[in-house]
Amino acid sequence: MITKRIIACLDVRDGRVVKGVQFVDIIDAGDPAVQAARHAREGADEIVLLDITATHEGRQTLLDTVRRTARELFVPFCVGGGIRSADDAAQVFDAGADKVSVNSAALADPRLIDAIGRSFGAQAVVVAIDARRDPDAADPVRDAQVFVQGGRKLTGRRVVEWAREAEDRGAGEILLTSMDSDGMRTGFDCELTAAVSEAVGIPVIASGGAGTVAHFVDVFGRGRADAALAASIFHFGVSSARSLKEELAKAGVSVRLPC
Amino acid sequence: MRVTVIDYKAGNLTSVLKALRHLSAEAEVTDGDLASIEAAERIVLPGVGHFAATERLDATGLTPSIRAAIARGVPFLGICVGMQWLFAGSSEAPEQRGLGHFTEKCARFPEGPEKVPHVGWNSLEVRPNSRLLAGVEPGEYVYFTHSYKAPVTADTAAITRYIEPFASAVERGNVMGVQFHPEKSGATGLKILGNFLAWREN
Repeated sequence: MITKRIIACLDVRDGRVVKGVQFVDIIDAGDPAVQAARHAREGADEIVLLDITATHEGRQTLLDTVRRTARELFVPFCVGGGIRSADDAAQVFDAGADKVSVNSAALADPRLIDAIGRSFGAQAVVVAIDARRDPDAADPVRDAQVFVQGGRKLTGRRVVEWAREAEDRGAGEILLTSMDSDGMRTGFDCELTAAVSEAVGIPVIASGGAGTVAHFVDVFGRGRADAALAASIFHFGVSSARSLKEELAKAGVSVRLPC
Repeated sequence: MRVTVIDYKAGNLTSVLKALRHLSAEAEVTDGDLASIEAAERIVLPGVGHFAATERLDATGLTPSIRAAIARGVPFLGICVGMQWLFAGSSEAPEQRGLGHFTEKCARFPEGPEKVPHVGWNSLEVRPNSRLLAGVEPGEYVYFTHSYKAPVTADTAAITRYIEPFASAVERGNVMGVQFHPEKSGATGLKILGNFLAWREN
């Protein structure tokens, strides 16, 4: 039986983790390679590294970081942030990523999705969408507005139609972040996640808002998510992805255990 | 242990090479050099793309070389599309022929409420006597990402259930294939690659 995935996410700037799944007892919280290996060892089903570096020098550091992180990582490894062209993607794949996540560059030119998919296969393209409900729309959830630049810039796209276009262009998965829920720890936006998950035939990864184990149970059930991104899960009284999954299993969610 | 990994421009080889090297194999890449197939001790055909990409194996003349290597008893492992290529063909690219080592054809998962592609960690029901999957216990998981699948036959080494049962591994003598990605399947995947590297004619 296919299992629900728990994906550990590391935000990286200039080669160091700046935010991410924090362990209370971790010694070096800053090295992405160390953290990724640890998450994989402790039960994460997949690792996402999101680069928030803006500078050109930082981009070169990223490739080195990806190379070092990928070296001993034998679970799926996705890299996002700053990928603007198929060439950028090719460099990240060469460095050892299995998937790339594209967001604002795909909104600026959706053909980027086709281009990466053609060269590396649909399974290698994750389209990340940051969406906020639109209370003025006929359907505030399905017509949630899509933002870029960390929520500062409206794109004019609506979440369901953009997710469908991404799928049509060959995206392999959607990484959906609810900007209403992000950082709130009040739970995932299950209505938003379900609306997108039901509108597309590709897997949807839910992100934003987790505060308790029950929130994960909820997004895998009511939210129809195929996977969930865990940032800072260790504030919720579990010490690893494994213990999160053990709690999920008790609640009847199918997860990869033992892991 | 030398392993020849075939590059037919269907996606990314980095992960496969990394996993083989992690297991202390000497992995070399070829993209059409027939001599390297003739000298190969073990062959891995990866693949994460479209079945149509296997056309390159015909265009470069690799197909007959691979067939000859298999006939010589060289252990062969196809991964994902590389496994599907061992069959007669796939509805993903009906005009493109596979190797035909296994006579059946691959087909897309049927439409329904379940998502296609099948992406994520799923379990294996290993058939007795599989050498490739020796030591894989019930309940171990491996990572899949695919929309087309091979039918369950006498050569099936493992069955996985998603929408319907399909062959997640095939094995007949020195010819083996896995639909999942052992290079991305944690300790279980490395164990399976290790079994392939240790494979010897009985």
